[in-house]
Order: sequence, then structure tokens, then C-alpha cells
Amino acid sequence: MTDLTELGIKAIREGVKAGDFTAREVAEGFNANVAAAESLNAFITATPDKALDAADRVDADRAAGKELGSMAGVPIGMKDLFASEGVQTSAASHILEGFKPPYESTVSRKLWEAGAGMLGKLNLDQFAMGSSNESSYFGEVVSPWRKQGSDAKLAPGGSSGGSSAAVAARLAPAATGTDTGGSIRQPAAFTGITGIKPTYGRCSRWGIVAFASSLDQAGPMAQDVTDCAIMLEAMAGFDPKDSTSLDMPVPNWEAALSSDLKGKTVGIPKEYRMDGLSADVAKAWDDGIQWLKDAGAEVVEVSLPHTKYALASYYIIAPAEASSNLARYDGVRYGLRDLPEGANLQEMYAATRAAGFGDEVKRRILIGTYVLSAGFYDAYYTQAQKVRTLIQRDFMNAFDQCDVILAPTAPTAAFELGEKTGDPLEMYMGDVFSVPASLAGLPAMSVPSGVNGDGLPLGLQIIGKPFDEQGVLNAGLALEERAGFTAKPQKWW
Amino acid sequence: MSVDKATVAKIASLARINMSEDDLDTLVPEFNNILSFVEQLSEVDVTGVEPMTSVIPNQQRLREDAVNADPLTGGDIRDKVLANAPVAEHGFFGVPKVIE
Repeated sequence: MTDLTELGIKAIREGVKAGDFTAREVAEGFNANVAAAESLNAFITATPDKALDAADRVDADRAAGKELGSMAGVPIGMKDLFASEGVQTSAASHILEGFKPPYESTVSRKLWEAGAGMLGKLNLDQFAMGSSNESSYFGEVVSPWRKQGSDAKLAPGGSSGGSSAAVAARLAPAATGTDTGGSIRQPAAFTGITGIKPTYGRCSRWGIVAFASSLDQAGPMAQDVTDCAIMLEAMAGFDPKDSTSLDMPVPNWEAALSSDLKGKTVGIPKEYRMDGLSADVAKAWDDGIQWLKDAGAEVVEVSLPHTKYALASYYIIAPAEASSNLARYDGVRYGLRDLPEGANLQEMYAATRAAGFGDEVKRRILIGTYVLSAGFYDAYYTQAQKVRTLIQRDFMNAFDQCDVILAPTAPTAAFELGEKTGDPLEMYMGDVFSVPASLAGLPAMSVPSGVNGDGLPLGLQIIGKPFDEQGVLNAGLALEERAGFTAKPQKWW
Repeated sequence: MSVDKATVAKIASLARINMSEDDLDTLVPEFNNILSFVEQLSEVDVTGVEPMTSVIPNQQRLREDAVNADPLTGGDIRDKVLANAPVAEHGFFGVPKVIE
């Protein structure tokens, strides 16, 4: 019998439906993998019983001849940023340790309604702030990948590092992620999996712990493009409880998947050929260009002239929004309270927040507070929002000449844990290719393209027009079919 | 522009985060590194450019003007609201005394 934990969403769904195996067998297989992988630290909380309960419901529905949902029998990992009713939702922070929401996030509720089950809550960078999963209060996640001939621990990427590690190590066939400046795409690239951030507003933000609300967007992380299409369909949709939710129908992305790119034009942004781009990533990019040509697309050079200002704009806007969003953690309504002997209310706030937030979170709150403060607001925040308008305009001009844009996901393959923690700015630089699409609210996906000389996976990024997830998925599928990526991490955990 | 320790201490106080002297000594150079990096934005010509307010064009909606239009976000759930409070007494959040 095949190892059920090697299967992805579609194969599990079809197998359960056909009766080749039961949903319970699938859940048991993944529960066992989760329990045996503690050294990866991918999960903050495992919920094996929830996975089994959901599986039993699917098996019962099938036995009763009921119609099964699009995710029926598929157990998934849930990033611990989505509110789970009655289950600790920590955002990988101390300040929310023990917080059990009395409600379920819209995105996770939709997944359960589609027949998915929850294997557990996945580790992440604290409040999704980071690119390596090293800022988690619950410890770093270790990538299942290792460089050939080395046992140094590698970063799984961030902030959705528990999600990427879990899918790559087959602890889950798929997982949710959230992407504020690349937090789905970069970890997907680092671990040889596929992930898509849809157009801003496609997935409801209701019940997702807020980081930077004008950028935060949920999306799926899975083994391949088809699985991403299936899962995104289940996650997306209008939600009146999110004021920025898009009130438009969710297309049937899975059914319309096509890797035939005849008549399509792919733009290659010349400004992305920058210093710091590693030779293996540049080679992967060239391969990708050729693959899309082979799929029938025409390839043209496009210009995104404000690319070099994207990171600076992002590292003002995101901390500004974070400083505002995280003001709610005050030790009064939920989470941690630190009340020193004799402290008054103001002192309690300051003590609670000092004890409850990690260094990176504090750094961003302070930067955000500074750029929003009187006298600096226009020079920093307003200027950054104007530059953001220009960055979006660049994309719209480029889309006059092309349907999708092809670029690397990250400038390098995965780095070692600890390699960049000494210099926050160096860590930020790794987001250079992912941040622009976030600032412009565009759908963007990472697809594995191959491995580098060290045997580590690399990812290619497709960026699309607003609402054109289909174009992104189709170009992703064309890359996937030609890349023939089959590498897997050697099991050591 | 660079900031000194007193300024960072002031920002930390505005953000309601206690910082020790050691914390501040670590943070000041990091803060200045980040600020000098974002400083490059000032060279961008933004004449006539509006700051972004909505990344995807979207209409603001009003919900139905009714009590508990959505029970999930409506009223009558006091105990649920208080369930996660570090201190809750008599149906209220408990805080240190604020009036002498």
C-alpha cells in the first residue's frame, strides 16, 4: 500500500471519494508523522483528535452517500495566526500564550466546511514578523532540508516557517499561510513547496491575528499548483465581517487550470537583475524564462522603476500598521498580564508589553511609533504611502505589456539558522523580490524550480494582475510541468 | 536623520514598552540603521502623487442597522468576552486602581 502521507490534497480527496482508503487512515498517518517530528518544531499545538473527528465525519458522510466537500478527508496544518475556537491561538508570542478564541476565523471555518480537518497549529515568526521563523516565542522551526554534506540547521523561511517545514516534511499535505511581505512565497521557495498569495481581499482577514492590515493576506501552501488552486478556492470568498473583503464570486480555479500559455505574454522586470542575486537563482530564473517560452508564451522585458524603494516603503508601512494593531495587547482583555508590585495601570501596560513581546516585535512597534509620531508622519509615513502608489503604478504600466511577471522568489536559497539574526536590516533584504507584489496587493505565487549546487530548493515567482489568480496559477502550472521538481529532503528527524 | 538614546526612550514610553538601559543601548544603533535605510525614500519625486489609501479599489459597506445583525460580533456574549481576561470580576475587566 502506498504511504498515504506522500499524497497531496487532490490525491487524498479522490482516494477517499473512491474508497481506496478512509479519511481516518489518512489522518492517522499524518498524526503519526506530526508526533514523530518534534525536532522540527513545526507545530506549537498538535490537535490529533480534531483531525480524527473531521476524518470520521467525512467517512460517515461518504458511507451515507452524501456529497463530499472539495477538501474532504484532507487533514491540514493551520498557521497559529488563525483563530481556532477553543484551541490556543498564540501568534507564536508570549503575550497571547494561553489565549483560546471563542470563535473561528472565517478562512479556517470555510476549510472545515469543505471537509478538511486540523492536524494542529503551526509555528511561525512572532506575530508573523520575520523571514526565518527565528522570532517565535516557542522556538525556531528547523527546515527538513540540509545542504549536501552538512548537518547545519537551515531556516524554513518565514513567517510561515512551520507551514513550509510541515508540508516539505510530509507532516501535512497542505497548510495555511499568511503573506504580508512574502511570508507564504519565501518559505515555500526555501522548502521546495508551492504557495500562493491571492489578490488582497480575496481571503477574509476576520479572525487572523493582525500584523499590517493593508498587506496581510491568507493563502495555501501545498505540494503543487493544483493543490493550491483547490485549497485557495475553499479559503476565498466574500466576508461582510472584513471591511476590505472583495465582494466578487470565487472562480473555479481548479477546473480552469491550463498550462498552455499560447497568446500570453510574460514580463521580465529588468530591475530585478540586481546585486546580491546569487548565480544559482539567476540560472533558475533563466530556466524559467525558457520553460514559459516552451509553454507558448511570448517573453518581453518590462520595467518596474521604483523597485529599489519597495523595501524602504514596506519597512515604514508595515511597522506603522503593526504599532497600531498591536496596541490592543495591554494585559487587560486577553493574554499575558505583568503587574509589578504597586504598579499603576500605565506601568502595568508597559511591563506587560515588555514581557510579552519579543525583540523583533518591539523593534517594529518602536519604528512604527516613531514614523507615525507628530513631526515625522509626513516625512516617513505619507512619503512611504506615496511611493507605494508609484510602485503599484509601475506594475499597472508593466501589465499594459504583459499578462504575468516572472521573477525569483528570493535572492538566495535557504540560509542557516542564526546566520542573519545579528543584523535586522540584512534579514529584511531577503524580502526584496516578494515585497513589491504585497505593496501592490497583487496575486503572486512561488513554484519550486530545482535545486542549487548544495542540493537546496529554489523558487520562481509569478506575479499577476489584480483578480487574475487564474493567470498566475496557469503560468505556475507551466513552470511546474517543465521543472519536473521531485527532490525531497532526506529524512533525519 | 539619527536618533539618540533619549529619543528612543521617549518612543518606547509612547509605545508603552518598558526598556532597560541595556535594551536601549542595543536598540539605538539598530534603530538608526533602519532609519538611514528608509531615508532613501526622500529622494523619490512624488510631486502630484496621492498617498495610497486602498490597495485594491473597494467600496465601503454599511451593515444592516439592526441589533445583533451578526450574532458572532453582536452583543449578549459578556462571558465569552471576559473568558480570556487575566482578571475579570463582577462581569467586568479588572485593572489596578486608577482613581485614588
